[in-house]
Amino acid sequence: MNNSTTSPELAPHPQISPTAPPPAALLAVDATGLHKSFGTAGRKVHAVNGVDLQIRPGEVVAFLGPNGAGKTTTIDMLLGLSKPDGGSITIFGLSPRAAIAQGLVSAVMQSGGLLKDLTVRETVSLTGSLFSQTQPVDEVLERAGILDIAGRRVEKCSGGQQQRLRFAMALLSDPGLLILDEPTTGMDVEGRRDFWSAIRADTARGRTVIFATHYLEEADAYADRIVLVRRGEIVADGTAAEIKNLASGRTVNASVHNADAAALAAIPGVDSVESRGGRLSIRTKDSDAVARYLLTATDAVDLEITSHNLEDAFVALTGDRDGSDGSDGPDGSDGSDGPDGPDGSDGPNDNTGK
Amino acid sequence: MTTLPSSATAAPVTRHSRNVPPFGAFNATLLGIEIKRRFRNRRTLFFTIAFPVAMFLAFGLQYRDTSIETGRTVAQGAPSVAAFIMISMAVYGAMMASTSAGGAVAIERQLGWSRQLRLTPLTPVANIAVKILGGLSIGLLAVLATFATGLAIGVRLPLHVWLVAGVTAWLGSLVFTAMGLMVGYLVPSENVMQFMGPALAFLAFFGGLFTPLDSMAKPLQDIGVWTPTYGLGEIARAPLSGDAFNWLAVGNVILWLAVFGIGAALAFRRDTKRV
Repeated sequence: MNNSTTSPELAPHPQISPTAPPPAALLAVDATGLHKSFGTAGRKVHAVNGVDLQIRPGEVVAFLGPNGAGKTTTIDMLLGLSKPDGGSITIFGLSPRAAIAQGLVSAVMQSGGLLKDLTVRETVSLTGSLFSQTQPVDEVLERAGILDIAGRRVEKCSGGQQQRLRFAMALLSDPGLLILDEPTTGMDVEGRRDFWSAIRADTARGRTVIFATHYLEEADAYADRIVLVRRGEIVADGTAAEIKNLASGRTVNASVHNADAAALAAIPGVDSVESRGGRLSIRTKDSDAVARYLLTATDAVDLEITSHNLEDAFVALTGDRDGSDGSDGPDGSDGSDGPDGPDGSDGPNDNTGK
Repeated sequence: MTTLPSSATAAPVTRHSRNVPPFGAFNATLLGIEIKRRFRNRRTLFFTIAFPVAMFLAFGLQYRDTSIETGRTVAQGAPSVAAFIMISMAVYGAMMASTSAGGAVAIERQLGWSRQLRLTPLTPVANIAVKILGGLSIGLLAVLATFATGLAIGVRLPLHVWLVAGVTAWLGSLVFTAMGLMVGYLVPSENVMQFMGPALAFLAFFGGLFTPLDSMAKPLQDIGVWTPTYGLGEIARAPLSGDAFNWLAVGNVILWLAVFGIGAALAFRRDTKRV
């Protein structure tokens, strides 16, 4: 009876604008109208389809989306590893290649990019020798938490250690912008935690960070701003709190005849009021207040309260809408799950407790 | 190397006027680590140093008193057949060193290292310079090891012959660096040297490095002069015999240098465009 995942209304275009950008500051990233497609004329895949992205210095931005959303393609273009078919990119006002040559931007890639026969220290020394200004090797190893394994061959390092080595390499030039492409893919829980605590210690120093991830918890825990991407387009862009608000509210549905829409909208916490064929749908952060009002001040019947969490928002905003209009999402089939989301995976932000 | 005592305060917000390193970021640390890697690779060391020395001993030792001239004996100052084989083996060792140095780009591409380097100021041309110099460093060792073995078993030659033959074998191997680079950029495989090794042995044989070309059947000789190993071997051994300048050999080297050099440049351009 309680179809808890009926939330397509929040999809249309929740383009939350972050706090108005300060005028004329030199942007860390200024990308407009990015397009990139692969394949030949017959079977063209639009990996990135009109992405606009402005990132101010000091922001920590999560690039959140399912696999194949175009995150890596976008990052490759930001790094000058591939050329956009259309649009323009500047990094601190420079072309991506120029920014790389000056050591203003660096990246931690998902995998690869290491020579197995070098030691950890050799890898860092070699990389450091390529920049005109670099941090001391030991300091960088220390900050990445791998000073103790500096003499180890790369091939003998675990996946998490290799990832921290990539992070150390990225720190060498003390870049203004650090880009991490799904940096914790394939790492165990402990490895992820260690990796992120190293990153977090680093971002506290004011570095601009962009990280791509498909882990909601990572975006929630480490980013000040989340950019949701789907099929090569940005579908939502806001602070972590704003994105969560898209999802963390509840919807109260009831059949009401004598509703006063203005009074409803005035209830604290109400985000929107919609009416469809005599049935009201009210999105709110305080479902109790709305329910109390409806049940006491109106003739509401058949009242239902459904909740959403970040996972729902993610599915709604990034899911493939073409194939799932009817049942809406992968979990729509069993309406039996509780008020919480499909699998309750994201503990910190499901606010069903109250 | 270029480590500056940069301020410990990492507040790198708007630093957009940094230097781009000179020489495309080519530097001694980079070259030093590259050379260290070459020497760390046991298989490379075996094929570039141990193998030519062993071949030389196996085939050359018995001819150390056999003159290559009809009129004079080795005791009278004529070069020995052993000297002839020694120089051929030096050419072979340097060629193996250079090929594997160039071919290493295949491994680095597969490991994603070239892509990683694209995130640094290192220019692709500087990277290739490092490969060339890395190959030359181990190639020099191959030449010296073979020559030292020759000296030890009693090969005696005028100083200028040692020098000309050695430098030709050493620097001439750049033809094979180009070949290694070309194959390395074309073949997306970690195992390039797996088939390059046998291919080079084949070329060395038909180019007259293992057996003198003029002791082969005529059809084989006609094919042999077209192999990229022929010209280099001939030029390196020329000071031994004092023969007239062999324009065929020079043409051979120039032709193959052009073929491999242009091939490597094209393959390289294709590769960097894609990365």
